Amino acid sequence: MKRNMICVTCPRGCRLQVVKDGHGKLTVSGNFCARGVKYAQIELSDPRRMIASTVRVRNGIHAVVPVATDQPIPKALILDAMALLKRVVVDAPVRMGDVILPDVLASGVNIVASRDLAGRDAAWSP
Amino acid sequence: MSERFIASDFDVVVIGAGPAGLAAAISAKENGAGSVLVIDRESEAGGILQQCVHNGFGLDTFKEDLPGPSYAQRYIDRAAAAGVAFLFNTMVTAVSRDRRVLTSNDRDGVREYRGKAIVFAMGCRERSRAQIRVPGTRPAGVYTAGTAQRWVNIDGFLPGRRFVILGSGDIGMIMARRLTLEGAKVECVVEINSYLSGLSRNLVQCLQDYDIPLLLRHTVTKIIGNKRVEAVEISAVDERWKPVAGSERAVPCDTLLLSVGLIPENELTRRVGIEMDPLIGGPVVDNRYATNLPGFFGAGNVVQVYDLVDSVSSAAEIAGRSAARYAAGTFAADCGSMPVHPGKNVRQVVPQRICPASLAEDPIALQLRVAKPLEGPVEFRVIGGDRILVRKRFPYARPGEMATVMIPKAAGSAFRETDEVRIDAVPLAEGIE
Repeated sequence: MKRNMICVTCPRGCRLQVVKDGHGKLTVSGNFCARGVKYAQIELSDPRRMIASTVRVRNGIHAVVPVATDQPIPKALILDAMALLKRVVVDAPVRMGDVILPDVLASGVNIVASRDLAGRDAAWSP
Repeated sequence: MSERFIASDFDVVVIGAGPAGLAAAISAKENGAGSVLVIDRESEAGGILQQCVHNGFGLDTFKEDLPGPSYAQRYIDRAAAAGVAFLFNTMVTAVSRDRRVLTSNDRDGVREYRGKAIVFAMGCRERSRAQIRVPGTRPAGVYTAGTAQRWVNIDGFLPGRRFVILGSGDIGMIMARRLTLEGAKVECVVEINSYLSGLSRNLVQCLQDYDIPLLLRHTVTKIIGNKRVEAVEISAVDERWKPVAGSERAVPCDTLLLSVGLIPENELTRRVGIEMDPLIGGPVVDNRYATNLPGFFGAGNVVQVYDLVDSVSSAAEIAGRSAARYAAGTFAADCGSMPVHPGKNVRQVVPQRICPASLAEDPIALQLRVAKPLEGPVEFRVIGGDRILVRKRFPYARPGEMATVMIPKAAGSAFRETDEVRIDAVPLAEGIE
């Protein structure tokens, strides 16, 4: 089996050529670094992505607070995870790293707040 | 912090609290500036990073894959710890040559601040419909991708249900994914060139992952709708971007997003009379990020539109250090700088001037973009007189990806024997000298 793919690990976007021989052994070329090999292995067996979104905040300085997975989540779970996030409302203040949804869909991945978000009444200080 | 009384005189005044302003302010403090003020029209620091909720930031700076707001938070926390002062919800309306900064806000009215040194860190703006002249009616529902990004990621609402995105810039592709995840339908992304204008990783993780079609060599030739966008007409174009007759088709949608390029935001810079690079749209700077006007420095996307925030931060740190030195009176105003010209196959280079004397302290990074894609091995050559002073090889060079060529400290003596240098990008298939 031969496949071309673009590594999404970093902004460089290496164009990978991936060959799988009869014993299931992968040969990857076109990668600048070792992360390309790892990406190709995972992409063919269990493709995952980092996902970022927002959730509603009560009494925050903004209507929503940005959140993201703390590690890549299986692609097949992305839409279900988004549906869960839609129902979440948190109270301000929020701290960066606060766990918004633990162990999403039993994937072992947490969804955490990406920033501090002060309450509407608090004087915001940097 | 905005409740506290703020003095009028500062060692360094930074205009803009985005990634460039934050990095410049922290660096100014770390390099000895006693007082640093950062002014921003928004209500908080972080700039555009606060709406860039996606991952991919910080791989160079922190060796981590961070969402934009997390990258900003780290700098915001560092700025607070360093004692940087902030003034939010405040517009800078003018800057004078003797470094007075005129501001306006609804609490103080019009007020003046003075800096011994000024750092411009206003970032960039998106190109809008007026600048690309899309024909058709003028209904609601035509927005820049960044405006829509702000509405979705900070204000928490969707500006439409059914989208077409014009331009394959990174913000456009990232918004295509974001809107899809929020339940909207993205009909297609339309790109006038025959190649992607953003990063190829975004083609994979933003478009292909969600089966969003990318139409290369197509453009929007008409906007249709009375009060609200009802459809856009999409046409194929030839290699000169001319629409191909008979190829047009109407795509029903309620919103058209534009992701068609960024322009450095330099109204203040121009009005104070600083020398500009007309091609890039930013001030001409030397390797210390000093402009031609003493005491004025440029940081981040006001100088040129960078690909990565990590590069913005590292350039802004140099600008902040220079500003601190200028404020302390230890900045060499006349450093014997020489021009750096874009040569063969090179479209632009920053800095536009270099001071060889700086090489005693640090290497100099030349950041450049090639004029056309060079897909084979390329050698960048820094040439002074008829001598090649520095060589650097890359497996390829593309206009969309900035290349950096370092001038090592050891090259200092060679640069002292020339008055100007140019940089060429030579495809190695054309032979190695």
